[in-house]
Amino acid sequence: MKIHEYQAKEILAHFGVPIQPGRVAYTPEEAEAIARELGGPVVIKAQVYVGGRGKAGGIQFGDTPEQARTAAAKVLGMDIKGLTVEKVLVVSKLDIKEEYYLGIILDRKSQAPVVMVSKEGGIDIEEVAASTPEKIIQQPIDMHWGLRPFEARDILARAGLPHQVIAKGGTILAALARAFIESDASLAEINPLALTADGQVQAADAKILLDDNGLFRQKEYAAWAESEESNPLEFEAKQAGLTYVKLDGNVGIIGNGAGLVMTTLDMVARVGGKPANFLDIGGGAKAEVMRKALTFVARDPQVKGILVNIFGGITRGEEVAKGVILAQADLPKGMPIVVRLSGTGAEEGRAMLKDAGLDWGKDMRDAAQKIVAAINSKG
Amino acid sequence: MSILLDNTTRVIVQGITGREGQFHTRNMKTAGTNIVGGVTPGKGGTIVEDAPVFDTVAEAKAATGANATCIFVPPAGAADAIMEAASAGIELIVCITEGIPVIDMTRAMLVVREHGARLIGPNCPGMCTPGQGKIGIIPYQIFKPGPVGFISRSGTLTYEVVALLTEAGIGQSTCIGIGGDPIIGSTFTDYLKLFEADAGTKAVVMCGEIGGSDEEDAAEYIKTMSKPVVTFISGRTAPPGKRMGHAGAIISGNTGTAQGKVAALQAAKVPVADTIFDIPDLAEEALARVS
Repeated sequence: MKIHEYQAKEILAHFGVPIQPGRVAYTPEEAEAIARELGGPVVIKAQVYVGGRGKAGGIQFGDTPEQARTAAAKVLGMDIKGLTVEKVLVVSKLDIKEEYYLGIILDRKSQAPVVMVSKEGGIDIEEVAASTPEKIIQQPIDMHWGLRPFEARDILARAGLPHQVIAKGGTILAALARAFIESDASLAEINPLALTADGQVQAADAKILLDDNGLFRQKEYAAWAESEESNPLEFEAKQAGLTYVKLDGNVGIIGNGAGLVMTTLDMVARVGGKPANFLDIGGGAKAEVMRKALTFVARDPQVKGILVNIFGGITRGEEVAKGVILAQADLPKGMPIVVRLSGTGAEEGRAMLKDAGLDWGKDMRDAAQKIVAAINSKG
Repeated sequence: MSILLDNTTRVIVQGITGREGQFHTRNMKTAGTNIVGGVTPGKGGTIVEDAPVFDTVAEAKAATGANATCIFVPPAGAADAIMEAASAGIELIVCITEGIPVIDMTRAMLVVREHGARLIGPNCPGMCTPGQGKIGIIPYQIFKPGPVGFISRSGTLTYEVVALLTEAGIGQSTCIGIGGDPIIGSTFTDYLKLFEADAGTKAVVMCGEIGGSDEEDAAEYIKTMSKPVVTFISGRTAPPGKRMGHAGAIISGNTGTAQGKVAALQAAKVPVADTIFDIPDLAEEALARVS
């Protein structure tokens, strides 16, 4: 799950990482009031779920509360990579002398969180990792202990950070590791970690991704979930417990099991169609779930037909067929549907579909060809 | 012959008294699996599907001599169940549970490694040695004993491809769903090594998908194998940055793409099927080459 910078900083502050004072504003007036409260120059930062805000003009400065208001007015409502800015973070401006990179990601190979530190902050870490990997110090966290402060200091020293940053930076890196582990993150970055002219060390920007599987025990953070404007259906699907990913094509696709659904998308593309979505109904789905899934997929206005591909194990063919038949009432008139059933209850399910006058495919390829042909014939 | 599981394996079920646990215990027994007991804390002393239930894995192992376990414990307690099994000295741990917090898995893997246990999964359908038994939820009716080892990151795709193989008359030695999470107990390469050493396996079918670099690593190992491996990669149409159902099926930046995996396998001269329907023919050719 993505969260905003201000939320990431709230988590970090909770674990003792120093951050600039500030708050979120939804209007230019609020931004002005916050700037007045803070006193001195401020930074106005767009809060959207994409990177590259600075380049897009989503970060502005204001020396006075009035300027803060003008800057906020410019940023609020701005379009950044298809997302409209609805809120800005207003924080005191730092007098930054140097910038560093601190990050922790989950690493599949070492099966542990891995700490990454670079003396060069404010950068795209993936780029640096690809072009000049020697500039990044990497170390897996031993999950017996977590990241101990001496290890954190050692990593910073090896990365070449200056003496005056080692003690404070070490405390911050150890806190970042605790935040990663205890908030069920899959990525946590402080980029940049700033050394200010007066010798303070602070998180000037932060990014955290949360592990969806950990949200059941992170209720406070789970409540932060909000819709990405570019993907309102995905957000709604998640709230409804469906695994749905929106794509660009016109063939709606529903199946059971992630691998099977992915393979079905590939098959549709293979026979000349364009998948409109990925939807996995999971194992053991009943008719009502099938009906809900179909209705949901059909809400995407780009969808011109739907392919249902089920390999029955604990999911039963009769239930699938029943759901498809029930959904007819909710779907746009004449929308083609092709169902492919195999495994448990497939025979019974097919008979039910036939009685209801619905089309079915003998296997995944046949079903994919049928739905693509049906959509094309309608122009 | 087979790998990891045969009809002498003594299996317990953790979470045996739950709805899923009970249902699949019955199915496993039907498939011939030697189920010797079950574990549910607090339900010790009861009987489920003729199997004695214990409060702890240690008690179950002491009483039954179990050497394998199948875990149906819900996500919040599943990593603990894995650690309990490994600590009790269970050699083969199959964890079906989907949705385990990944940070819990980083801790569980420490314990699994320290005790030298083999973990299959989590977030997997389990495994089957046709004619001998199965651990997990794979429908055993689709299998046929034979010479092809099968490994896949997905559940229903496994059923689909195994059914195609069986239809084409190609039997299987052992089939394993390795799990769809970012952190899993054993990789493709781990299983390829076991199949390479198994006298009953003549060729292997490997079904990978987007995310991580397990398939690329396997490509390196396959170069050194004496047995042929046939592969398929799903997720060619998946967009970057989106989790495609499986927590582990996500393209991050330029890593984990289907194209990258196909290229790595082809560079290692490993046949990659265009669609799943091409897998039986490729497997047939592979078998013809070794005989």
